[in-house]
Amino acid sequence: MKRIVAREEFCIGCRLCEVHCLVQHSKSRKIIKAFRDEREKVVPGIKVESSGHVSFALQCRHCGEAPCIEACMTGAMARDPETGVVLSDPDKCVGCWMCIMVCPVGAVARGANQQVASKCDLCIGVATPVCVANCPNEAIVLEEDDE
Amino acid sequence: MSDCPYLIIGNSAAAMGAVAGIREFDRDKPVTLIARESEHAYSRPLISYLLAGKVDEKRMHYRPADFYARNGVRALLGLEVTRIDAQARSVSTADGQTFTFKNLLIATGGRPIVPTDLPGTQARGVFTFTTWEDARNIRAYINETGVKKAVVVGGGLIGLKSVEALKTLGIETTVVELADRILSSTFDQTASNLASAFLKKAGVEVRCGTTVSAIETSDNRVTGVRLRDGSRRGADLLIFAIGVAPDTRLARDSGIAVELGILTDDAMQTSVKGIYAAGDVVQTTDLLSGAKRPIPILPNACRQGYVAGVNMTGKKLAFHGGIAMNAVDICGLPTISVGITDPGTEGYEIKSKVDAEGGTYRKIVLKDNRVVGAIFVGQIDRAGIFTGLIKDKVDVSALKDLLLGEEFGVLSLPAEYRKHVVSGQGIEV
Repeated sequence: MKRIVAREEFCIGCRLCEVHCLVQHSKSRKIIKAFRDEREKVVPGIKVESSGHVSFALQCRHCGEAPCIEACMTGAMARDPETGVVLSDPDKCVGCWMCIMVCPVGAVARGANQQVASKCDLCIGVATPVCVANCPNEAIVLEEDDE
Repeated sequence: MSDCPYLIIGNSAAAMGAVAGIREFDRDKPVTLIARESEHAYSRPLISYLLAGKVDEKRMHYRPADFYARNGVRALLGLEVTRIDAQARSVSTADGQTFTFKNLLIATGGRPIVPTDLPGTQARGVFTFTTWEDARNIRAYINETGVKKAVVVGGGLIGLKSVEALKTLGIETTVVELADRILSSTFDQTASNLASAFLKKAGVEVRCGTTVSAIETSDNRVTGVRLRDGSRRGADLLIFAIGVAPDTRLARDSGIAVELGILTDDAMQTSVKGIYAAGDVVQTTDLLSGAKRPIPILPNACRQGYVAGVNMTGKKLAFHGGIAMNAVDICGLPTISVGITDPGTEGYEIKSKVDAEGGTYRKIVLKDNRVVGAIFVGQIDRAGIFTGLIKDKVDVSALKDLLLGEEFGVLSLPAEYRKHVVSGQGIEV
């Protein structure tokens, strides 16, 4: 499967990826509306961390042996058999936060008014994930995994 | 007589993990699954949500409706296994059938403990709370009798999740805990106090350091309880949530080695070749203390089941042990605890930050410059980074001062370890 790779030496910490991710996963898909009216309901699936001049963007690694899937008590967190992408089903999630407890990169957030788990879905249905497509410095790239 | 290449007793997380493990390497040979409960594989922790009306019956399913069909599983549900014959390599069921097996997995889970020396536990209105049927029966009893007041005995996870459900249903609830504080096995004093304060604010009465000494009944219905301190509580509903013990009966009777739980090797194989065990029924190695004990948590069950399943096919995979950890949301207060949270002995270093007003707490327990435990109350975001540090025994001497910071993240980790975690391959629970 394809995997997003962050290249910290190129990241300038602009957080455009967070903005585009949030808009893409908002209902309106309009930047102003998304930030003004939907800020509580949607959180970006990517997070830019920075310290001094070092920064990088990180999202779900869609791990081969995903701890979040094994820890999920409802079966909401599952691997899509077609694409291999790890997805959380908001209709099944009850917000117990087992996934947050086991994710070693902290890639699962409390989304939708902090009621259900929210994470990167690799922008299913979009040719190139919006964080990759909109990174001004190619700090986030899509690579084909060896698996 | 039915001959099974793969036979599984149980239908919960460990059993589902085993089916996945078997099907990873063997797509062909049939899997037979026998379970006492008649429901399709369901999420056991969701029973409190079901009782509260937060999820409906359809959302209880832990695996999709076509799971058995898609995985070639013959599921015999609502059928009780009465005996395992380790010599004849067969299993007998309550309806008189016999199944011979090549590989057997015992995934019988745990069963709730009920005080044996307390009269009245058989009265109507007295329940334990570990199955879907329990949730249904409690709900039916509430609807039928119009329960106004409830007492929950036990301030652990099951106890507090039932308290949450009863509060949601508008029932006046008291939780009674024998220890001097709630959640005493996973929390430290500060975290317990925060959770207690939160529950009290939500209108729950919390009584610690005492227990039920007598059950009062009228017409074989519970009407109240007397506590050891002499006080009395009216109660139309009484739930015992004082613990769950590995259900080792079948294994013990068949001569399989059992201590606190069923003993297994790293392949999850019991003392009898070809018979495996996984989940809440087994005793495992606590990776932090080295102690052998049951660690009855869902991620362990799922993983152990998977490992057992893989080994049942003849492939090799090891489970070396687990770490106690829990994420639980109590009446809207999110909490996470991992590993050694309250060492109580010397040789540990503690970093902690509490905001009693805001109801948040973060505590990191270190030993020899490694994180060995953590508690998060109120603010739990990205707690898994710490779980990773614990599991991978990362030397954090250089980042000790960062551990409590709001901005602590992957960027704070040692460069080599950071590379390891973001590569994301084969990260195990």
